[in-house]
Amino acid sequence: MKILVPFKSVPDPNDATVVGAAASTPKSVINPFDEIAIEEALRIRERGEAAEIVGITIGAPTVDEQIRAALAMGVDRAIRIDDSRALDPYAVARILRVLIEKEAPHVVIMGKQAVDDDSNQVGQMLAGLLRWPQATFVSKIEFLSNKTRARCTRETDAGLEVIEIKLPAIITTDLRLNEPRYVSLPGLMKARRKSIEVLTCDQLGVTVRPLTTVLSTARPPKRAAGTRVESVEELVTKLRQEAKVL
Amino acid sequence: MAESLVLIEHDRQQVKRPSLHAITLARKLGGEYALLVLGHRLDGIAASLVSYGACAVVVADDPALAKPLADRYATVIAEAARKRGAKTILGTSSTFSKDLLPRAAALLDAPMVTDVVAIEEMDGSISYRRPVNAGSMFAIVKVEGDRRVLTVRGTAFEAPAADAAPCPIKRFDFDAASLPNGIQFISREERKSDRPDLTEARVVVSGGRPLKDKETFERLVGGLADALGGAIGATRAAVDAGMAPNDYQIGQTGKVVAPELYIALGISGAIQHLAGIKDSRIIVAINKDPDAPIFQMATYGLVGDLHRIVPQLIESIRRA
Repeated sequence: MKILVPFKSVPDPNDATVVGAAASTPKSVINPFDEIAIEEALRIRERGEAAEIVGITIGAPTVDEQIRAALAMGVDRAIRIDDSRALDPYAVARILRVLIEKEAPHVVIMGKQAVDDDSNQVGQMLAGLLRWPQATFVSKIEFLSNKTRARCTRETDAGLEVIEIKLPAIITTDLRLNEPRYVSLPGLMKARRKSIEVLTCDQLGVTVRPLTTVLSTARPPKRAAGTRVESVEELVTKLRQEAKVL
Repeated sequence: MAESLVLIEHDRQQVKRPSLHAITLARKLGGEYALLVLGHRLDGIAASLVSYGACAVVVADDPALAKPLADRYATVIAEAARKRGAKTILGTSSTFSKDLLPRAAALLDAPMVTDVVAIEEMDGSISYRRPVNAGSMFAIVKVEGDRRVLTVRGTAFEAPAADAAPCPIKRFDFDAASLPNGIQFISREERKSDRPDLTEARVVVSGGRPLKDKETFERLVGGLADALGGAIGATRAAVDAGMAPNDYQIGQTGKVVAPELYIALGISGAIQHLAGIKDSRIIVAINKDPDAPIFQMATYGLVGDLHRIVPQLIESIRRA
């Protein structure tokens, strides 16, 4: 089985000083949900259910650092679509679609959302464009029937749901699917010898233009800090008399 | 005709109330709007939707739609949008709409904007305001083309009034036999709870990692929620540790709530969690760490050991 994992570089969400900061160049990392997708692909290969994992990302040469990190985790080879425009999810889905048709994987695993843009669209759009089945927000994957189907547990607003999908299909990952491994030194050494193929949209024969544009960004008004109370009695009195919520 | 089509969510028994909030945005957009509901045996659900000022309640009712499977539902949503000439297709943000609407957008060859919290009109065109980076920033987004798909943050728009003259219910006919068949429903976790729904509750009590285990979580978070008639929420850490089920998770990748009263027990205030609570009217934080970031946004903060404080608080509320 061949697994394809699209991933995105995002500003490190664990670096609190980075969020929204304009002054310094934020450190980039693989989008945490996509890292979970990579980890799942590695585990599937380690179980002997997949032979090859291909990583795909879109961006300028600066994202090569995250590609090396994916290769160091254990991804077999990587493709970078050289495009530094501010693409929207639908443009990303249209580019990925062409590459997926070319690579013909049995399954595509990717994060449910990128933690910078929080759109949660690309996987579903890709499934729609390809007319493939989809399983979103997945916390467990099992392959069945000689790997022609996958049984997926989904995290929904109403609790866990189990569905079965025919392959090929798109699976998007939720937080509790796994905990990604750390990159090892031998992994890093091996990654240096792995290839990064660079392609352009022209070479792929795909013309896309983002249809949504961010005109501006701003910080929301800060919620003012309130008061400290010293006891349960004082808290209950405030909630009753001042806030009038009890 | 600038018609909008609002996707309504239900659990077969009744409409999910937050899904009605998207109607309020449809009204702001102006022009006629229809409500779209999919499923099987929908007569009661459809009848409950006729007074929201829509031009029609459009009903796709078929055994093939008994479960909300993305490939089938998105196909029917896209077909209904096309046949009605809908320019804006929208629904309240939930795992239901986030599963279906991006797929429908691709089938309609239309762009999409997630989690709209406001619209702004400039030079006769509409742009959309949405949170990004775990709600630490807002982006104003412009959309090209004459058709677009939106999800709407339920907490940012009021529930619409149901006071209009009844509109017609129109059956949407489609070829069920030609629907995709790549996804099969197997099972859903059934959990009965007498507590209110997290996204609709007036009071939400949430717990973090210091609650230690499932039993303590239920006793303290559940006990306080029950004393207040509230719902239960949790941080990612508490869910990861198995103290609470996944659908209790509040924050960037979980649910977004805006109750009258939000009580955070043992929650330090990671930005990802704060993203899901910052529009609550009153926030109470109880935490033993006086430097926890949650105190910077809490209306009332109480520093101390929650294992000692919460039973006192429950007792004090029950006594009143």
